[in-house]
Amino acid sequence: MVLNLTSIKKSYQTNEGTIPVLNGISLTLLAGETLALRGESGSGKSTLLHIAGALELPDTGSVKIAGNDISKMDDTGRATVRRRDIAIIFQQFNLIPSLTVASNINFQAKLSGPVDKTKVEKIVSSLGLSDQMGKYPETLSGGQQQRVAIARALVSEPKLLLADEPTGNLDERSSLAVLEQMLKLVAETDTALMVVTHSQNVAARMDKQVQLVGGKLT
Amino acid sequence: MIASCLLALLSYWHKNPLQIFAYLSGVALATALWSGVQAINLEAKVSYKAAAETLGEGQYDIIQPKQDRTISTADYVSLRKSGWLVSPVVDGYLHNIRLVGMDPLTLPSSFLFANANITNSIGETNIFEILLTNESTVKNLIKNVKVIVDQNVAPGMAVGDISLVQRLLKKDKITYLIVDPEQPLGQKELEIVTPHLTLKNIQQMTDISKLTDSFHLNLSAFGLLSFAVGLFIVHSTIGLAFEQRRAIMRSMRSMGVSIRTLIIIVTIEMIILAIIGAIIGIVLGYLIAGFLLPDVAATLKGLYGANISGNLQLRPDWWLSGLIIALLGTALAMSSQIWQITKLPILASAKPRAWMLVSTSHFTLQMKSAILLLTLGGICTILFEGLIAGFALLGALLIAAAASLPALLAWSLGKLQKSARTPLWGWFWADTRQQLPGLSLALMALLLAVSANIGVSTMVSSFRLTFISFLDQRLAPELFLQVSNRDQSIELNTFLSERGIEVLPLMSKEAVISKQPVELFGIKVGNTYRENWRFLDAIENPWDTLQDGSATIVNEQFARRTNLWVGDQVNIASKLTLPIAAIVGDYGNPKGQVIINEELFRNLYPQSYPARFGIRTNNPVKLQSEIINQIGIDNNSIIDQKSLKAFSLEIFERTFLVTSALNILTLGVASFAILMSLLTLADRRIPQLSPVWALGLTRSQIGKLELLRAVLLALFVVVFSIPTGLVLAWVLLNVINVKAFGWQLPMFFFPLEYLKLGFYALFASFLAATWPSLKLIRTPPSDLLKVFASER
Repeated sequence: MVLNLTSIKKSYQTNEGTIPVLNGISLTLLAGETLALRGESGSGKSTLLHIAGALELPDTGSVKIAGNDISKMDDTGRATVRRRDIAIIFQQFNLIPSLTVASNINFQAKLSGPVDKTKVEKIVSSLGLSDQMGKYPETLSGGQQQRVAIARALVSEPKLLLADEPTGNLDERSSLAVLEQMLKLVAETDTALMVVTHSQNVAARMDKQVQLVGGKLT
Repeated sequence: MIASCLLALLSYWHKNPLQIFAYLSGVALATALWSGVQAINLEAKVSYKAAAETLGEGQYDIIQPKQDRTISTADYVSLRKSGWLVSPVVDGYLHNIRLVGMDPLTLPSSFLFANANITNSIGETNIFEILLTNESTVKNLIKNVKVIVDQNVAPGMAVGDISLVQRLLKKDKITYLIVDPEQPLGQKELEIVTPHLTLKNIQQMTDISKLTDSFHLNLSAFGLLSFAVGLFIVHSTIGLAFEQRRAIMRSMRSMGVSIRTLIIIVTIEMIILAIIGAIIGIVLGYLIAGFLLPDVAATLKGLYGANISGNLQLRPDWWLSGLIIALLGTALAMSSQIWQITKLPILASAKPRAWMLVSTSHFTLQMKSAILLLTLGGICTILFEGLIAGFALLGALLIAAAASLPALLAWSLGKLQKSARTPLWGWFWADTRQQLPGLSLALMALLLAVSANIGVSTMVSSFRLTFISFLDQRLAPELFLQVSNRDQSIELNTFLSERGIEVLPLMSKEAVISKQPVELFGIKVGNTYRENWRFLDAIENPWDTLQDGSATIVNEQFARRTNLWVGDQVNIASKLTLPIAAIVGDYGNPKGQVIINEELFRNLYPQSYPARFGIRTNNPVKLQSEIINQIGIDNNSIIDQKSLKAFSLEIFERTFLVTSALNILTLGVASFAILMSLLTLADRRIPQLSPVWALGLTRSQIGKLELLRAVLLALFVVVFSIPTGLVLAWVLLNVINVKAFGWQLPMFFFPLEYLKLGFYALFASFLAATWPSLKLIRTPPSDLLKVFASER
């Protein structure tokens, strides 16, 4: 099991008091499995994704990623899990503007050790980025930048890929193209994928769909 | 992992060359001024140490002849036979080089000339036939003597065996005898063996390195001020770089880089850059020191009689101090950013924000800190004595002024915004206010530089006025001369009395009074003293009491060091205690002085006679030639009032030449800080200015408004700098000067100077803003449009 969330609860303190966001969520994801997480704005989708990505800790409940209970780890331990087992794609592409496309793609993989060049070339080629490797992100279109972000995520060979509205900033045509390429690569690498999305079309392409309503999954 | 992350962070600088230039030049300029000053101080201290080692200054008692007497070889032999462990020294000048002859066989071993290492370096050469000197002096030495170069010999000096030096100086007498600290018991008293010789103990001698401490501390303080101004650039650049790289750091964190690793990477990056900046700074510091050293050497020679080497050496002590302070400065500048990293949530907004959105509460906090700091500085000065406490007050004052500047600016701009009558001006003031966080550090640096300039120029100009007035009082006689023996003294007195010429004979002796080494003067009270001397404090008719021998007059330095004031009793000698009748200001002299009438002086020192004279005459040229021709006094022993005043003023001007140079450099660094801030912010201005452009303002109008904004902000800084600078001047005159030199000076105002300085600051800001404004004017519309297309 790549991801195992059990009885996750999370709330935030605001000036108006405590606002519960997640109220006892349990969820599992197997290798190669894809999941769409849907819900209205403010329903807690991103919070759940961040907890699944070891970016945030729940108030209560257990988070196991590739067998590691991250709720018992310190910052360095969680960072190691993120580096080794997880990759995250954000709506804002989060590329490093001062690095070329090639350096951006290799960056995350290099954090864990040497990079498999053949694998990089394959991913880059399948995402249609071969001609863009020497360019800087600012010279690319939004769709191209998101494909670079996907390539960067997959080159590091994560067990779990988390995507927060990965096509939210793209037009429909680019959106579909990017999604197709991402699903194809995920299937080839047996990576578990969890996508937060508003889009019915995107959700329909996943193995499973869950809806977050009132802090619970339906 | 560290290497990959470090390269990713460093790649930011590659894309932002202007920022790396600003950062490196900030570190370099800060280090340059600091290490330059340290190089000068160190060179001086090495020279003092060399002098102490060469001459044994401040380490041994000496035996010297009483006034008008000499030491013969027979005297030396008599003393040795009577059990005195003494070593003879001959001291004199040849071609402007001080030749010191010593006897290596009887010298205490701590002397350089008696040092075994030196003797070894001489090798086969006969030690009695060589002169030891340092590299800078060797070229000026006479050619027919064997010379061995030794960097440990004090500059401007050559040491050799006494017989060789006597031969070179054509002199058979001994100048003084060094007394070994360990003397055998039962030796005969000096007064019995050689009654014409006198023992001078260490306490009566002036330690040149202690005497010059204040001067070097002052230089260090200015170096530190310049360093602080440079540090503003570093702080501002690091702040901007951190803000702009928040997104990169967020990405790294989400990709599995821990906080600890991120801090290590950022620290490594900053150390690398700080070292590069420091190396450039040390090279610049070397050049600055080389440029300033001759003036410092002249000042120290004129003010304290201290010889320092005019040649600068690359000594590890100062360049290492430059490197360390650059690293410490960078650590200080980045500490708040490191703190922010530790607090940075992984998912913090990637948009750079803090720089542009520092809230008013931040300014208020700075204002409160300023008040607290000022209070602490004040308390520190009240509770603690000494120069360090004075500098603490000075530092607190400057930092408090700088810290309160943004809040005052924000408040003023808010008021201007409210009073704006057109939407354009309303926007202009609001936009200016919005720029404050990004510009505040550079404006604070400008405030420090302008305030320091106003403060120091007020101090120097006040000092100059006081000093000129002091010279007029003290140098009232038209001629000053020095005689070489008692007969000349009597002859001159008779010569002048016969002609009815008013003469001011002066007898002096070094003494220790109230545990202070002082110069004790015996004077003949006359009209010149009564009409010209002005006292800081005095009883009624002080000259009458001095004349009848019932009181003494002391200088300010003595009064402050002993805490003895008008009316207090001074124990001048074992049976002579007198009240202080007056305290006289005495500028440019580090020593304490005590004045009594000539009768009392003669009673204390029956062998003494007036060796120095001030003469009142309407025709100094004629009188000078008569004295030379009829009494045979050497022309070099007579100086007229005009030349003496000019000489004194020249020393004064040179003393402050270094300070002025450092001030100008500090102002230059501050202007550079503004330029760098404006340039680095210029790129970020486009999204803010594009909407105004779209609403109908031309790029040229916007560019001109940007220029106007920079000049108006500088104007505000200048206006705020004037009261700050004046308070600074007050502290310098009433706290620092008193503690450093022992004198307090009246404060004068120089509005024209301030106006001129203000103009320079505005002009510097105008120049600094010109480039970014021109850049903005030339920005293609397509770049401005990108803002609306969300493509930036």
